[in-house]
Amino acid sequence: MLKTFSIGGIHPEENKLSAQSAIQELPIPKIATIPIAQHIGAPAKAIVKKGDEVKVGQVIAQSSGFVSANIHSSVSGTVFKVDDVMDATGFRRTSIIIKVDGDEWLEHIDRSEDLVTEITQTKEEIIKRVGDAGIVGLGGATFPAHVKLSVPPGKTAEVLVINAVECEPYLTSDHRVMLEKADEIMVGIEILMKALEVKKAIIGIENNKPDAIAHMTQVATKYSGIEVCPLKTQYPQGGEKQLISATMKREVPSGALPIEVGAVVQNVGTAFAVYEAIQKNKPLFERVATITGKSLKNPSNWKFRVGTPVSDIIEAAGGLPEDTAKIVGGGPMMGKALVSVDVPLTKGSSGLLLLAEEETARKATKACIRCGKCVSVCPMGLEPYLLMVLADKKEYERLENDAVMDCIECGSCSFTCPATRPLLDYIRLGKGKVGQIMRARK
Amino acid sequence: MNIIVITILALCAIGVAAAIILYFVAQKFKVYEDPRIDEVEEALPAANCGGCGYPGCRGFAEALVKADDISNFNCPVGGAAVMSHVGGILGHDVKAADPTVAVIRCNGTCDNRPKTNIYDGATSCTIAASLYSGDTGCQHGCLGLGECVDACNFDAMYMDKETGLPVIIEDKCVSCGACVKACPNSIIELRKKGPKSRRIFVSCVNKDKGGVAKKACSVACIGCGKCVKECPFDAITLENNLAYIDYNKCKLCRKCVIVCPTNAIHELNFPPRKEKPATKPTAATVKPVAAPKAEAKTEEAPKAKPEPKAKEAKDGTSDNK
Ligand code: SF4
Ligand code: SF4
Ligand code: SF4
Ligand code: SF4
Repeated sequence: MLKTFSIGGIHPEENKLSAQSAIQELPIPKIATIPIAQHIGAPAKAIVKKGDEVKVGQVIAQSSGFVSANIHSSVSGTVFKVDDVMDATGFRRTSIIIKVDGDEWLEHIDRSEDLVTEITQTKEEIIKRVGDAGIVGLGGATFPAHVKLSVPPGKTAEVLVINAVECEPYLTSDHRVMLEKADEIMVGIEILMKALEVKKAIIGIENNKPDAIAHMTQVATKYSGIEVCPLKTQYPQGGEKQLISATMKREVPSGALPIEVGAVVQNVGTAFAVYEAIQKNKPLFERVATITGKSLKNPSNWKFRVGTPVSDIIEAAGGLPEDTAKIVGGGPMMGKALVSVDVPLTKGSSGLLLLAEEETARKATKACIRCGKCVSVCPMGLEPYLLMVLADKKEYERLENDAVMDCIECGSCSFTCPATRPLLDYIRLGKGKVGQIMRARK
Repeated sequence: MNIIVITILALCAIGVAAAIILYFVAQKFKVYEDPRIDEVEEALPAANCGGCGYPGCRGFAEALVKADDISNFNCPVGGAAVMSHVGGILGHDVKAADPTVAVIRCNGTCDNRPKTNIYDGATSCTIAASLYSGDTGCQHGCLGLGECVDACNFDAMYMDKETGLPVIIEDKCVSCGACVKACPNSIIELRKKGPKSRRIFVSCVNKDKGGVAKKACSVACIGCGKCVKECPFDAITLENNLAYIDYNKCKLCRKCVIVCPTNAIHELNFPPRKEKPATKPTAATVKPVAAPKAEAKTEEAPKAKPEPKAKEAKDGTSDNK
């Protein structure tokens, strides 16, 4: 029996349409719109102004706190303006807009394809460089990577868990990176292991990617301490706590972080970015994203520069299908609909999913039939039906006692509910309020 | 036989003993309650709306009785009459607070503010606001899902189907502020009712720069500052590209209404303006580039002015039909 996490979980249709498409390079945009907040935590501070010349890889916005990340220019050219621009949620946020001119990189970035395996930096240097390079979790949560590498005093990491499950349906970017850049990923993992001072790394991959499992397992034999762990395909295995449960058989207690059980989780894409930052001096300004959808002409995987408009990648994949009703940024389970195709792709863009009307239409909400399905699929062992009611009734104290903050917002409950109740929407609302109350108490 | 008598007597004795103990315990732990609390509660309207800031009328009564000075307390439902009655009971002087009423500070009707996308999620403004900016180009405006209407306990609000905006029924609104608290975009404000219910306010909360605001909504405040300059009483301030009229300073002269190039300033319950030709050119010369649609509205607006703004909006839509 293949391993998986201990409670709950669902298995939606996989729809990995773009799995066979090798990563292609998206043309450099004419104008790049680079938001200064592309990560969880405090937005970076813009340090360029209108008229400044920038090169590829240059810092254009500086991290403004511990949980924050530098932003680098992904293109070369002139800063056209620093202004509020609509982001994917429709709110206007500060962005640096650059008129692109040629493709001039900073000299110290190594653009060759050669594999550099020797790791010369010390632990401290690695963590510092990861921070300087603006690396954030590339699984979609965009948590600054150097923060996770700084193990709090008194705690020790034992195992580095690499999240390569790609449990969201449709998405294939991690899958392709594993097939095409396995060696680089392994060196990246070794660098992360050195930074965390651990001897062991486990790469969790779901068994719907047999080629990736085979390839990674074979490449891993060249590196010591790295092991591939094939997992049963089940959503939301990419959740940190679920992945730890699946690969290490350890349960992270409610309210605690993975380090509590000696684990640190990083995404495979992040490991690749760490390799590039440390061995090639290349900060994070490009990444791979999947563009997919049933009516799309060419579901495919693209390496893009941060700040490229969404419309460019759609164009490259064969244009917007006529029946598109919704464009989701990220996977279908946790992604969010975009308000416009003019918004830029960012560090957190792992995919774009174009859905037709009949795939998106929400059915009418009916009364809860007390079937308990939401309870049985919740990977955190919560009672979603109850949390929804409590959130609606604004019973924040009971919500807190019922561990609403444990919800990982995976959406399994809403997905399964036969009465199509918007469980997660309300739970999120409750979480927001309870979070506020808890912060106010501190 | 005997045993029955003894049992009964014994039980009686225990009962009496228990009663005596309970009596003394009750005396010992007796909570003294000021009888005036009941009296004050009686005087309150029993709406239990929470508009006073206390959980229900009883809570408010307790707070009133405890307070040394009740001039900062107000029952929005009962208003000045109730507060002075309460003052009488408690022996305090109360000066009447100006009555207030809720106003909707957004005029982004479907005509003024075209939709750019469709939202089909949970029907709660708070949820929508936490997900995205709303289904129009204006990230500040009304989301139109009616959370405020649900919050109103006095049937003083409804959603206007034509405009997609909430409407306050002024006679029913007791100014409890429930809608103000409910709205995630802070669109509703309690304003001084004003003489004969006449009010002037900026019916917009858009803080974007002029061009952006105007593109998203034809009646948005673009922060041009014309009203600020025009106001003879210094009642208008401009902050974050948004004008705000201080209702304590405003003398209801209506000068600002005329100069506003986008018609973002609303006047409520005024008699119709007579010198129509005089108002028109001003508005037109101030901003000749105004979209033709907005100009047409300017022309209609004076006619519709005697009615509250909801009606005005309705007129606009019926004209379109
Ligand atoms: S969204 Fe939250 S409550 Fe719903 S299944 Fe996922 S973890 Fe459980
Ligand atoms: S899955 Fe839906 S219907 Fe079933 S118990 Fe949960 S909320 Fe109720
Ligand atoms: S409209 Fe607002 S202030 Fe007026 S009664 Fe209703 S909720 Fe209270
Ligand atoms: S005024 Fe506020 S609460 Fe009322 S419908 Fe508009 S956004 Fe929602």
